[in-house]
Amino acid sequence: MTAFQPPAEINWWKSPIGKDEIIWIGIALVWCLIMFFMMPYWHVYGKQNLSNEAYQTTPKKFQASVDAFVEKYKIGEEGGIPIVKPPAGSDVYLAGRLWQWYPILELEKDQTYRLHLSSLDWNHGFSLQPVNINLQVLPGYEMVISLTPNQAGEFGIVCNEYCGIGHHSMLGKIIVREK
Amino acid sequence: MGQFRQCPDSGFFFDKSADRLMKANAVAGIVALLIAGVLALGVILTRWQSIHLLPADTFYTVLTAHGINGLIFWIIFFEIAVLYFASSTLLRCRLAAPKWAWAGFGLMLSGAIMNNIAVLSGKSSVMMTSYVPMQAQPHFYLGLILFAVGALIACFVFFGTLVIAKDEKTYEGSVPLVTFGALTAAIIAVFTIASGAIVLIPTFLWSIGYIAHIDAAMYRVIWWAFGHSSQQINVAAHVSIWYLIIGVLFGARPMSEKVSRFAFLLYILFLQLAAAHHILTDPGLSSEWKIFNTSYAMYLAVLASLIHGLTVPGSMEVAQRSKGLTKGLFEWLRKAPWGNPVFSGFFISLVVFGFIGGITGVVMGTEQINLIIHNTIYVPAHFHATVVVGTSLTFMALTYLLIPVLFRRQTFLPRVAQWQPYVFSAGMVTLILFQLGAGTLGVSRRHWDMGFSGATLSFDYAGTAYMMMAVSGVGGVLAVLGGGMFIVVAVGSLIFGKKLEPSAGFLQSFALAPLAPEVYDIEQPEILKRAEKLPVEEHGSSGFHAPGTFVLAMILLVCFVVYYFINWDYLSSVWPMS
Repeated sequence: MTAFQPPAEINWWKSPIGKDEIIWIGIALVWCLIMFFMMPYWHVYGKQNLSNEAYQTTPKKFQASVDAFVEKYKIGEEGGIPIVKPPAGSDVYLAGRLWQWYPILELEKDQTYRLHLSSLDWNHGFSLQPVNINLQVLPGYEMVISLTPNQAGEFGIVCNEYCGIGHHSMLGKIIVREK
Repeated sequence: MGQFRQCPDSGFFFDKSADRLMKANAVAGIVALLIAGVLALGVILTRWQSIHLLPADTFYTVLTAHGINGLIFWIIFFEIAVLYFASSTLLRCRLAAPKWAWAGFGLMLSGAIMNNIAVLSGKSSVMMTSYVPMQAQPHFYLGLILFAVGALIACFVFFGTLVIAKDEKTYEGSVPLVTFGALTAAIIAVFTIASGAIVLIPTFLWSIGYIAHIDAAMYRVIWWAFGHSSQQINVAAHVSIWYLIIGVLFGARPMSEKVSRFAFLLYILFLQLAAAHHILTDPGLSSEWKIFNTSYAMYLAVLASLIHGLTVPGSMEVAQRSKGLTKGLFEWLRKAPWGNPVFSGFFISLVVFGFIGGITGVVMGTEQINLIIHNTIYVPAHFHATVVVGTSLTFMALTYLLIPVLFRRQTFLPRVAQWQPYVFSAGMVTLILFQLGAGTLGVSRRHWDMGFSGATLSFDYAGTAYMMMAVSGVGGVLAVLGGGMFIVVAVGSLIFGKKLEPSAGFLQSFALAPLAPEVYDIEQPEILKRAEKLPVEEHGSSGFHAPGTFVLAMILLVCFVVYYFINWDYLSSVWPMS
């Protein structure tokens, strides 16, 4: 008499479906398709998308790019970490390593920067707060995103991928200045 | 002496070897749950910032062990018991290759112990996901591999039992829906375990020095083919149990065999794609791939869950209405046995799984919305709604059914059992809702100190975030209490519960001296007959068989749509990226 007995009908796949189920399946399917098309739609009309631009690299190579970048645009230091102010619209390098985000970036509001992100050791998580943008950062892969800060102020970069005992102290900073 | 016994209360037939194997697997699962639950207290009291109980190294050790015991060992041990139940017991068939089944159990048990030793020694605090290149001790990986091989053997014992049942004609027609659902779970399990082997075997070889390098991105892609699919086993398993429970309690049969089986088929075809949910913000993968995978092709597995979301309570409603509970939309639900933990556990898990687990899962699995959610504490909040209130509470409800039926014991402290689903789910739902909130404010998961002590730079989360983590801590403590109530009832029933005669003797599962003589007095049960055809009756209204459920489903849909677009709106407010 139940769900744990074999179906009553020999040809159970031919028995008619009730109205409740048919209507619900129809509505649910439409909703599923709407959700599916929202993602390509946002790629065309939305402003928050990942570029899919990424390169294989090595920690050594990426370290060299970061060092060159820091040397070129360094304007100061905080707690031993260089503060770097790249020109508007330029390529910006940020490395995650045990346990800091290197270097501190100073950007201009409403300018678009090409941010290069990679890890020099383990997995890290780039979590820009309180904006709340979260990206996975892997060793051996250099992700490039075009980022346009639209608020001025100081923002924290929390590491939100577990990276060992000092994970909680891994904190970086992005400073955004009005033009 | 025969091979089977029949439970005089439920009428189920138990094969001698399946009987013992189910008990052994269920008990091993409950022990893992006990460990996970005790450790949960350490996790929650540390993340509650004003208590901040454990030091950092202990916290990460505890968090790793909590995840693995709760998400892997408890659930999979219990699922193996469910597979044996859905094949041998439901089909009235002897279990295939019981010696292999015991070998599988032995492997799983030794793997679980080995892995726990590696983690609890404090030298493999790599989290459940063990992302390379962070390295655990070799026996961390080896334990998981042994466990997976054991589980794979159990899946093949299940398949073998289905073959024997067909061959020896122990049932008429097609397998029952519950067995069909369990078969879905087992098929997904084979895919899952294969992915696990592909990723964990090389990682093990790397940990002992035979392989020089494992690519971090490749590891994540394949690990999640294992990690997320294993959650899909849980979905298929607990949905099957929902059908079982409404069958036992209400004599409910599926509204339509065709629709429910089709929904399970969609799970087999599309559910495993969800590996992408975890790697939506990873470098090196294209958006096309992410969109196709994260949406299970075009949300076809979500469609399947939405279908079960209607047909499970709908089938119950139809059964209740045919008994005369036809007043209004919800008399069938109001007059349900809310004091029976088998029912309350099932129904709460259905509601929380659908309304919270399902909706948050789809929202955060949307390619772009994931940007504002990835790796925040929103993620654990989501999977506590699916795996803890969904799967685990369902398994607890089933345990209350199995105590008299399988273990032949009276429930110990029935009043505690009666309250347990409510206490547990109240705590869990509090924890979930407030962690969803904290995650929306950006609080990180797997993080020892949201105050960032010892950091060179500084950053302060909003005060609300601290408040939310504290409230989620209160919820967590309540949930641990509710989990403890379950353990007391389950273990207490096995040790102190009054024996219902005839008993199969629980201790024999562990080769200890029997307390009572075995009574397997049936050589082969009668063939399992088809369900009787029902006369055509009409208890619903305006052509609907289950109008109340349909209304509930529409409420779910409205919540879903509203919450989905709220998150798009939130996303549109963050810094533009391309």
